[in-house]
Order: sequence, then C-alpha cells, then structure tokens
Amino acid sequence: MQKGKKIRVLIAKPGLDSHDRGAKIVARALRDAGMEVIYTGLRQTPEQIAETALQEDVDVIGLSILSGAHKTLFPRIMKLLKDQKMTDVMVFAGGIIPEEDVAELKKLGIKEIFGPGTTTETIIQYVLDSLSKKR
Amino acid sequence: MTKIDEIAKGVLAGNKRSIARAITIVENEDPESQRLIAEIFAHSGKAHIIGLTGAGGAGKSTLIEKIVREYRRLGKTVGVVAVDPTSPFSGGALLGDRIRMQELCNDKDVFIRSMATRDYVGGIAKATKDAARILDAAGKDVVIVETAGAGQSEVEIIKVAQTIVVVHAPGLGDDIQAIKAGIMEIADIFVVNKADREGADKAVIDIQSNLQLNGKERPWKTPVMKTVALTGQGISELIDKIEKHRDFLQGNPEFKNASARTKTEEDLIDAVKEIITHSLIEKMKKDGDFYQLVHEIMEKKTDPTSAAKRLLKKTMKNET
Repeated sequence: MQKGKKIRVLIAKPGLDSHDRGAKIVARALRDAGMEVIYTGLRQTPEQIAETALQEDVDVIGLSILSGAHKTLFPRIMKLLKDQKMTDVMVFAGGIIPEEDVAELKKLGIKEIFGPGTTTETIIQYVLDSLSKKR
Repeated sequence: MTKIDEIAKGVLAGNKRSIARAITIVENEDPESQRLIAEIFAHSGKAHIIGLTGAGGAGKSTLIEKIVREYRRLGKTVGVVAVDPTSPFSGGALLGDRIRMQELCNDKDVFIRSMATRDYVGGIAKATKDAARILDAAGKDVVIVETAGAGQSEVEIIKVAQTIVVVHAPGLGDDIQAIKAGIMEIADIFVVNKADREGADKAVIDIQSNLQLNGKERPWKTPVMKTVALTGQGISELIDKIEKHRDFLQGNPEFKNASARTKTEEDLIDAVKEIITHSLIEKMKKDGDFYQLVHEIMEKKTDPTSAAKRLLKKTMKNET
C-alpha cells in the first residue's frame, strides 16, 4: 500500500428498519483497526448510499439490514454502483439475512454476508484480506 | 493522456467521480498530487470559501445543512469538506458529519466530502486546503469547510477560508471560557446556535463584550448572530452577513490583498518545507554521516542542532 493511504469504508443502513446497534459496532471496530469509516445514519435510500460512496471515494461498503427488504434494496444499490462504474468497490453485508438468500445476493456481487454472532475480528480480517488481494 | 490529466480534466468539468478521486489523491499524498494541483490551480480562486469552526456539539453540521439549503435556494452550487478527528492511537476515524447532511445527497449541485485529520493539528487535515481548491476549480460557487470540534488554538482554518464563522452554543463549557483565546480572534462572524435555549442572550452579550475588549478599531466589525439550526431560524440572516463579509473583502482590496498575500506566503513556505523534507532528508539519509551523527547525539558528543548544521552544510555543498 502506498504511503498515507487509508482504507475508507462506508457503513450504511438501507431501508426503513431502525436498529443500528450492529452497524455502529462494526463501524467502531473498523475505526479501531485503523480505517476511516463514514457512517451516514438510518433510513438511507439506495440512491443516497451509491452517491455517498461516490463522493467519499470509498474502498469498501458495508450494508446493514434487519428489515427483510434486502432482496429489493441490494439489487438497486448494486445496479447504481455499476452505473457509476464503481465495480471495484468491495461490498459486504450483515444483519438478518436468511441462508437461502445468500447465494442470490452473492450473485449480485456482494462479496460476503455476516450473520448474527460474527465477531468483529472476522469482519476486520475479511476486509483487510480482500483489499490486499486486490492491490 | 495520463490518468492525472484525465482526472484534472474531469475536475474542471465538474465530474463527481473525478472530484472524489482527486481529493483521495491529495489526501494520500500520492506522488502525483503535486502535478494534479498544478493542473487545476489556475482555475481556482473563484469560489467563496467559508470556514465553520467551534466546539464539538455546537451544531456545526446541522447548521451547514441549513446553510447549504439556503445557498441552493439562491441558485448557488456548493461544496462541503467536513473534518473529523483521527484517533492518535489506532489511526482510524469515524466520520459522522454526513448524518446531518444526507438529505443533500440527492442534489447534483452539492458535493460533500468527509475528511479525517490524519496526524495534522489545528482542526483540519493537511489536505483540506487542496480539497477546497479542487471543489473551487470544479466550479462550486461556495465551498464550506467544517473543522473538527475546535476549542482555543485550532485556528489553521484561517489558512483555508476567507470568511470564518465561529459557532458557539449556550451551555457548552463555562460560557466564554470555551472560546476565549485564539478562536475568538479569528471570527469574522459569531454565531450563537441553539438560541432557543436558556442562556443564549447571555452568551451573545458575553461574546459582544469580549469582542469590544479586543479594542483595536477594525474595518470589519464582527457581528454576533443567533440561530436555531434545527428549525432554520436565523439562517437567511446569517447568509446575508456572510455575503456582506464577502462584499467587504471585495470592496476593500487592500484588506483582501494583505490577507491573501500572507496566505500565499505561507503556502509558498509550506511548499518549500515539503520539498526540503522529501528530497533533502532522503539525500541526507543516504549519506553515511547521518547515522554517524545519530550515534554521536546519543553519546552526547554533539547536540541535534549542531549535527543538523553540519549535515546541511555538507549536503548543500554536494548539491551545488
């Protein structure tokens, strides 16, 4: 990695659920691992998330969702990112996502889904590993 | 065309992806960043750059959201650079200023960038000035820089902005204590935000009397405004004052030029320092004397300044 370069991460909560404890814990853990984490608060539209990722020039996006609307919202987010030619951004997700939906979401380009019980170390290591593979 | 040329061209055309990339390049101190700035520099200098500073919790982010809306209503395009502190322990940062500004995200004429201080002191990041410059060159009419929560001596913002707004709120610290030194003197406009709270009028009077104590008759009289950022109260009056300050700078070229000249001098000195640290120190380290001198200093045979002089003398001789 070049001198001065920091990993920039957007932690976003798409949709209408208002449980952000998980998102905030992940945001803090990534910060404590030396990353710059942009947190945008609750109830973000796919458009807001894609636009924020663009303006902030992030390397990673973490999506947190507990409402069950992932099959509607994630495809829209991934399409907007693609439209903006931001396919080099690594996207992962977490929250309450049923096992049977995982394959479908991964097909959209979401790299990994972290369910309840995942440790923050696992997520940190995953982010570091997947970025070092790219560089 | 190289990558940097392409990004510079994109910035000048107002392309968001290019603006975002350009800011990353200056932030990371990419070796190419100088060339990027060189290419856009001539196109900067048109935007009005406003600095917002003050203690954490005064309501700076919420205030900025309202200021941006008001400028948009007036038909102006806006860029925002919002600075938050880097943890000195982990090197990481949590950048949360956007939480209060996300509604602006859908406006194509607003560009917001969060920035961590990254080891730099004074309430801004080293790259903040260049980020503002990039947004300026990209054609934004107004660029707003929000500093990290600042108390007394975090006054680096004066190197970046033309109009400085210092934000205070009643109940933050021991009234005027919280804003007494340094930061008091850099304000072009004072804002007491959360003015619907108890103690707002007293805060205004405190600040006013403090400003009077500064004594010196100045051509621009620093006003003290009251706002309630949450409801938008006092925002259009604040914009009026900011615009008045801008007119004042334009109507008093001697004042404007003097401050511009000082800023430019500092820019030049900073640039010289930058080059010295990068090239000269690299060269010095390659010379065997460097580590010999480190050894001598540790042995107390010489002191750091004398050693530095010897080293410089030798390196400069080899240079010419």
